[in-house]
Amino acid sequence: MGAISLRGINKRFGATHVIKDVNIEIEQGEFCVFVGPSGCGKSTLLRLIAGLEDITSGELRIGDRVVNHLQPKERAVAMVFQSYAIFPHMTVRENIAFGLTIRRESRAEIDRKVSEAARMLRMEDLLDRRPSQLSGGQRQRVAIGRAVVRDPSVFLFDEPLSNLDAALRMSTRQEIAALHAQLKTTMIYVTHDQVEAMTLADKIVVLKEGRVMQIGAPMDLYHNPANLFVAGFLGAPSMNFLPVTVEAQGARTVTVTGDMLGRTEVPHRGRSFAPGQPATLGIRPQYLRPDDSGALRGTVRVSERLGTETVVDVALAQGTRLMAALAEDVILTPGAPVAFGFDGYKAHVFAETP
Amino acid sequence: MTLDRATRLMGRYLLLLFIACIFVFPIIFMIMSSFKPDLQLLQDTSSVRALLPVGDLSLDNYREAFDRAPIGLFIFNSVFITATTLLLSLFLASIAAFAFVFIDWRGKSVVLALVVATYILPFETVAVPLLLLVNNLPWLSAEGITWGWLNSYQVQIIPWIVRALEIFLFVQYFKDLPRDLVEAARVDGATWFQVYRRVVMPLSGPVIATVAILKFLEMYNNQFLWPIMVVQAEDYRPIMVGLQYFFQLNTAWGEIMAYLTIITVPVLIFYLVLQRAFIASIASTGVKG
Ligand SMILES: Nc1ncnc2c1ncn2[C@@H]1O[C@H](COP(=O)(O)OP(=O)(O)O)[C@@H](O)[C@H]1O
Ligand SMILES: [Mg+2]
Repeated sequence: MGAISLRGINKRFGATHVIKDVNIEIEQGEFCVFVGPSGCGKSTLLRLIAGLEDITSGELRIGDRVVNHLQPKERAVAMVFQSYAIFPHMTVRENIAFGLTIRRESRAEIDRKVSEAARMLRMEDLLDRRPSQLSGGQRQRVAIGRAVVRDPSVFLFDEPLSNLDAALRMSTRQEIAALHAQLKTTMIYVTHDQVEAMTLADKIVVLKEGRVMQIGAPMDLYHNPANLFVAGFLGAPSMNFLPVTVEAQGARTVTVTGDMLGRTEVPHRGRSFAPGQPATLGIRPQYLRPDDSGALRGTVRVSERLGTETVVDVALAQGTRLMAALAEDVILTPGAPVAFGFDGYKAHVFAETP
Repeated sequence: MTLDRATRLMGRYLLLLFIACIFVFPIIFMIMSSFKPDLQLLQDTSSVRALLPVGDLSLDNYREAFDRAPIGLFIFNSVFITATTLLLSLFLASIAAFAFVFIDWRGKSVVLALVVATYILPFETVAVPLLLLVNNLPWLSAEGITWGWLNSYQVQIIPWIVRALEIFLFVQYFKDLPRDLVEAARVDGATWFQVYRRVVMPLSGPVIATVAILKFLEMYNNQFLWPIMVVQAEDYRPIMVGLQYFFQLNTAWGEIMAYLTIITVPVLIFYLVLQRAFIASIASTGVKG
């Protein structure tokens, strides 16, 4: 049995249905990331787990207890807020010790735990400062420290990196990964950034408009997206989608034809299609290769040279946009004609049309 | 051009000076007169000497006033009533506002609207029903249960503890506090009362100051009608009502001026000390004292 399980969870705010029949099982010690575009209900889901919002219907378990009606304090969870929520009238030490003083632990015990957390987060020299004297990154550490000392059964993070600058974001991300490796506590981490999701997660839950789109390990989701939304959301640049028509379904592949594609065989990945059915072919920008005899022809709109990679934005003949990521440094001037080919076995086909 | 501006500025200052004088002269007159014997006091009123510390100055008026009425007791009563009301008011109004802002419960917005609506009722409209009510309430004292609160401290304190304005001011302030702080404390295991005491109140200095100032002035200045209605005995009489009786049994102007000075000076000191906080609080809440 998992550490946390959400079964048929719904949340309504008055007439607005925000979380729709969500089912998730999170294992003990797992790093689970909820990812999805802004407004999809990630924070609400986290707040339901923390006990900050009432669950409209469904069952939430933490460990072997149903916690639907328990107060936050009875759930043994710790949460790091997007705003950090540092108490401005307390020193760093008092902030970190807050949960322990509430529990009336002994002075000595509190001192020991606070020092240990401060050492782990490398902020021993900040303990007597006020929050107003701290940088954003330091506040972030205080918020994490306050969670860590409580030794909770679950950590909840709500977009903890979104207020940091790019450089700090990367190093803090690595520190959070290291923290998880060290503590081995179950963590639930909310973000809208697919890179954070891919790099941190043991398990990713992709959400859209309050519904679970797919759950799985990062590479499962990357290589086998269940639908157009997940396919388009994970990976950068986004997967290219081209309209196609199904011609025939084989044992392992499905044959499709499209405007510029000719006939292409694509693995069906367990999905079944009817001949003549409209479908969408998906191909990641990284799997496109320049090929003068390739089927996808168009002109360069913009090209970005990133050193190890060149990202090309192409306008195909009938106006469709195509992104290609070439694993070399090439110079392509806007307006130049280009042609790409790809290996059908690396493509995806979806019954949905965008 | 610049001359024009200078003249206008000068005009403005003269006007302000004139207005200030209108307010300040009576106070100076009162304080000066309280040190003068009656005869000189009356003669001085016809000249600028009324505003100057000249002639036969002494503390005789104060001595007389204290002899004639138990002013010490009146001052104690006023301070006790004001301080008790103030402290209970800060506590109860803030904790009510806390429940309105941070805790979810059914019907909360309706109840809040009703509370705020009571603000428009002037005291005079509820005075008589309130009098009938307090006349029939029980109180537990050394002699056991007694009925009727007339002639007591509690009759001057309890009806005044919480009024809509204080709750409303706290509600407005709490709404602007970051909700995350409260939620972080909740997740960290704090009970609602611990959130109130350890997170919300320590961050509420400005609104506490505002409410304290408004409440102090209300209690000290405006409570006149009610004590006259409910307190006949001298034992519980506040100093403002004491003044009324003092007038009745006395036409010695010097003593009256001494009495008035005793009442006024604490308020003046209070104003001067808290002047900046006072202006800031009025500016920030848009509420006039
Ligand atoms: N207290 C609330 N009352 C009404 N609607 C809310 C409330 N909280 C969130 N919502 C709505 O629920 C949706 C999901 O919000 P949220 O969970 O914050 O999204 P995310 O964190 O994924 O950006 C949004 O449309 C938001 O407007
Ligand atoms: Mg959010």
